[in-house]
Amino acid sequence: MENLYLLVPVAPLLGAIIAGLFGRRIGLVWSHRTTIALVALSFIASVVIFIDVLQGNLYNGSVYTWMTSGETVIEIGFLIDTLSATMMMVVTGVSLMVHIYTIGYMQGDPGYQRFFSYISLFTFSMLMLVMSNNFLQLFFGWEAVGLVSYLLIGFWYTRPTAIYANLKAFLVNRVADIGFLLGIALILANVGTLDYELVFTHAEYLASRTIEIMPGESWMLMTVICLLLFIGAMGKSAQFPLHVWLPDSMEGPTPISALIHAATMVTAGIFMVARMSPLFELSITVHSVILVIGGITTLFMALVAVVQNDIKRVIAYSTLSQLGYMTIALGASAYSAAIFHLMTHAFFKALLFLGAGSVIIAMHHEQDMRKMGGLKRYMPITFGTMFVAALASAGVPGFSGFFSKDAIIEGALLSEIPGAGFAYVCALSTVFVTALYTFRLIFMTFYGEPRMDSHTRDHLRESPWVVTVPLIILAIPTVAAGWLIEPMLFGGFFSEAIYVDAEHDVMAKMGENFTGIFGMMIHALTTPPFWLAMSGIFTAWFLYRYRTELPTKIKRLAYPIYVLLDRKYFIDELYSWLFAGGLRTMSTILWKYVDMKIIDGLMVNGTARAMGWFAMIGRRFQSGYIYHYAFSMIVGVFVLMSIWLFPL
Amino acid sequence: MLFGFPLLSLIIWLPIISGLVVFLMNDRNIQVVRWVALAGSVAGFLVALPLYSGFDTSLGSMQFVERNVWFERLNVYYYLGVDGISMPLILLNSFTTPLVVIAGWEVIRERVSQYMGAFLIMSGVLNGVFASLDAILFYSFWEASLVPMFIIIGVWGGPNRIYAALKFFLYTFLGSLLMLVALIYLYHASGGSFSILDYHHLRIPMTEQILIFIGFMAAFAVKVPMWPVHTWLPDAHVEAPTGGSVVLAAILLKLGGYGFLRFSLPITPDASHELAGILITLSLIAIVYIGIVALMQPDMKKLIAYSSVSHMGFVTLGFFLFNPIGMEGAVIQMISHGFISGALFLCVGVLYDRLHTRMIANYGGVVNKMPVFAALFMLFAMANSGLPGTSGFVGEFMVIMGAMEVNFWYAFFAALTLILGASYSLWLYKRVVFGAVANPNVEGMKDISAREFLVLAILAIAVLALGIYPLPLTEVMHVTVDNLLEHVARTKL
Repeated sequence: MENLYLLVPVAPLLGAIIAGLFGRRIGLVWSHRTTIALVALSFIASVVIFIDVLQGNLYNGSVYTWMTSGETVIEIGFLIDTLSATMMMVVTGVSLMVHIYTIGYMQGDPGYQRFFSYISLFTFSMLMLVMSNNFLQLFFGWEAVGLVSYLLIGFWYTRPTAIYANLKAFLVNRVADIGFLLGIALILANVGTLDYELVFTHAEYLASRTIEIMPGESWMLMTVICLLLFIGAMGKSAQFPLHVWLPDSMEGPTPISALIHAATMVTAGIFMVARMSPLFELSITVHSVILVIGGITTLFMALVAVVQNDIKRVIAYSTLSQLGYMTIALGASAYSAAIFHLMTHAFFKALLFLGAGSVIIAMHHEQDMRKMGGLKRYMPITFGTMFVAALASAGVPGFSGFFSKDAIIEGALLSEIPGAGFAYVCALSTVFVTALYTFRLIFMTFYGEPRMDSHTRDHLRESPWVVTVPLIILAIPTVAAGWLIEPMLFGGFFSEAIYVDAEHDVMAKMGENFTGIFGMMIHALTTPPFWLAMSGIFTAWFLYRYRTELPTKIKRLAYPIYVLLDRKYFIDELYSWLFAGGLRTMSTILWKYVDMKIIDGLMVNGTARAMGWFAMIGRRFQSGYIYHYAFSMIVGVFVLMSIWLFPL
Repeated sequence: MLFGFPLLSLIIWLPIISGLVVFLMNDRNIQVVRWVALAGSVAGFLVALPLYSGFDTSLGSMQFVERNVWFERLNVYYYLGVDGISMPLILLNSFTTPLVVIAGWEVIRERVSQYMGAFLIMSGVLNGVFASLDAILFYSFWEASLVPMFIIIGVWGGPNRIYAALKFFLYTFLGSLLMLVALIYLYHASGGSFSILDYHHLRIPMTEQILIFIGFMAAFAVKVPMWPVHTWLPDAHVEAPTGGSVVLAAILLKLGGYGFLRFSLPITPDASHELAGILITLSLIAIVYIGIVALMQPDMKKLIAYSSVSHMGFVTLGFFLFNPIGMEGAVIQMISHGFISGALFLCVGVLYDRLHTRMIANYGGVVNKMPVFAALFMLFAMANSGLPGTSGFVGEFMVIMGAMEVNFWYAFFAALTLILGASYSLWLYKRVVFGAVANPNVEGMKDISAREFLVLAILAIAVLALGIYPLPLTEVMHVTVDNLLEHVARTKL
């Protein structure tokens, strides 16, 4: 089995190397064949491992020793349990679909091989992240997916917006990574190891210690560690206020928006917190922080999605909002619900993005929904699959998103951790907003009169099979993945991987009332989320199908609110003024004034100049005239004699 | 151990002698000069390899020791030996020299024999610095290393080369004079010994320890360079030819770091502990302040020079944490910085050879014309921002881990490099490499030649290998570092 574990990440890495270094030589077709074959291999291996894990065969072992120092030993290794096996399936599965889809989407692009190399490299990095059994490898994967995300957002490197967005994404993530790295350092400094299992056995010890960050203020060490780790998660999983990079990341090609910026990489933070549940469970304070951050993100990002007109941006803000849901689940200690939503979201959001990509191909790379409309007729498969994804996203009973989202809302309701009430209100209101923006997208894109120019309209047609087949395949779990709720959430599926303190185990409470998936669906009819979702869809229909003149009127009436949402609460402006501008100004001041004027000008060259003056004065004495020397001798003798004769 | 074979002498004198041969060949047949220089430098690297394979990682004492009388009356010995700290530095130096020779292959067209000769001689001299165990021998090599670099900057440098060369020389020379004073004191205090290892066991009162520490620090801090005595470095880098910058960054700066480990810490442990707070503060200032300064540099070489100073801050920070992970991290950072900053200066050299400007504003969209170069440059820019999987991560990671054991805020300020390093490296990359072709000059740029590719690819492999598997390097220094830390922990008052 160990070799199989190794095969899972190594196969895509090999693909990346082949397509990256020899892509030119082996040509377009062999580049995608090789990478797809290797990712498929990795997927099959993941399935085999998953089945093996279901049989109870867990694994925790190292591959090689990365370095040793003093007492510290850091190894690279794998931890295979239900959590990592689930993630491996999701990552390789979605990645495989995206690989195939890319053949159609990137056709004719000069960077074709490079693109395949990148997405395979991404798959490798993400697998290293989820399969890790220690913090160092986790951090490696964490940064490596960040690198690939950077490369892929800037894939079309001649576009100024793309290379701005990728730098921004990398730097915002780096801000969060400081927190993450310091959290890791605190763990190492206190328990002397980075191996998960060993760290978890020291969890009680860590919880019993305190640390003085500010002199005289003693904090719980575990709270500080978890807070720092969560800051890392906030960057990668784009939580407020570090969410700003994700919408801009849409500058990258659509397949990677689906793979990296919706289905997998952005969920790394969620995964990490779930993996660290034995640590997070010991600090209630951090749970409150997580709940509040999650609540803010989920509601306020969903609101922004309502006013976006770029089809990809709507989905991007939707992703932010859905990540907020997962964060709420983490905060409520409903880790398994978070992972469950992570999984269903990976499918329906990847489907939404790939569907949007299919629309974008048909529209000749036009992304503005105001110029679409009526596409249902031309693109039946894209429409059908996206409609399914929209139903899942809105949380219509029966579809995957319903089950996972309902579990989270229920979890927030049941949780007694401070902040859960706020998170519950946010989560509940967002149900309405989600249904509204999702169906706004569907109605604006696929229904109504076509609004594109006649040239585009004449060329509208369904995308080729390499695009539609992945859509159809993804539609299956988009509907059905939710039906696994019983085994995954209430069957103790994650009990080996996730630790929940019995004091606030909301999932157990929920399990007591669980009556099967049909019972859950029937029960839903009597709860607010269902009616909110329905009214959201109805509102979207009313505004964008029935009284289409209304949105403009509302916009005029509530103009300040519209501007606030349209400009995303002016957070980007604030950051670029405060941080980017501030740092540049500081750099200039430190360089031109402190470094060049004070240190170099005054101290270094000043010393040289002082020496120069000194020498100049000294030179005067060596004039070469006898009478100058004679005169100074006489003065000297006079002075010396005075001192000798009249001592003070 | 190679049965009493004077391996270290060979490693020192082979490059020097081949350098002299090259030097005397004159420029009658440039092609022959180049090949002889390459052969000499490669031979220099090959003879250094047994140092690694024959090194016994379980021994704490000096290895490959050679000891012969030099000046009997003054008790000066020709005394050589290496431990787990100096050995990797010798390898790094011997590894860098062939790359510099290849990098200057077609670029240097005037006084080729002197250029190549100077680098070979310097390579041998620098090996001498790392291998000397006699203070006078050490000091001779130390000062001798200034001369070739002074000439390299002064002869093959840019328009302002005389100012830069003089600044470089005076700055470092003044520093080393204070070290000489300290050495003379130690000679008397030890009853007439110049053996550095004898000094390690000398009992010295606190006041004297502090004065000696300051004397050594003057020499080493300038070399590293630490803030605020760093201002010679940007000037020297900007004016130096590419090869000069590479050796300056990759090796010469390491002399300072090495000096702290060989002299300051073991000879004056109590003063080191006493003054650690100051040294750590200066290191953190270097990391943060210089990192910020690097951001707005309009000149690529200056930017990388500042980045270099910022990264060297991790070296001095790691030394004064007094824990194994911090100190080993610092040594790894020295090696890794040799690869990365060397590679970055070579990248700038590649661009400079094409457009003859170092200004960032004159570039843009280079990737369209030089995709292979862009890929390699990306790797080095990422390594410079400390991406895991590259060597740049290992040292910084270990030093941050070590800093956390001492104080949360040390680790916090050191970790700011995650943002700063990425900011200046990737912003530079964005402006130079990404984007549409900025101007007709860029339009005419050709991708790297096989020769340039070779040099950068070798460094790329080194950067990745050390990043993915640093164990072989940490292993050789364990015993030495542990011994040193144990030694430093004991008072010598």
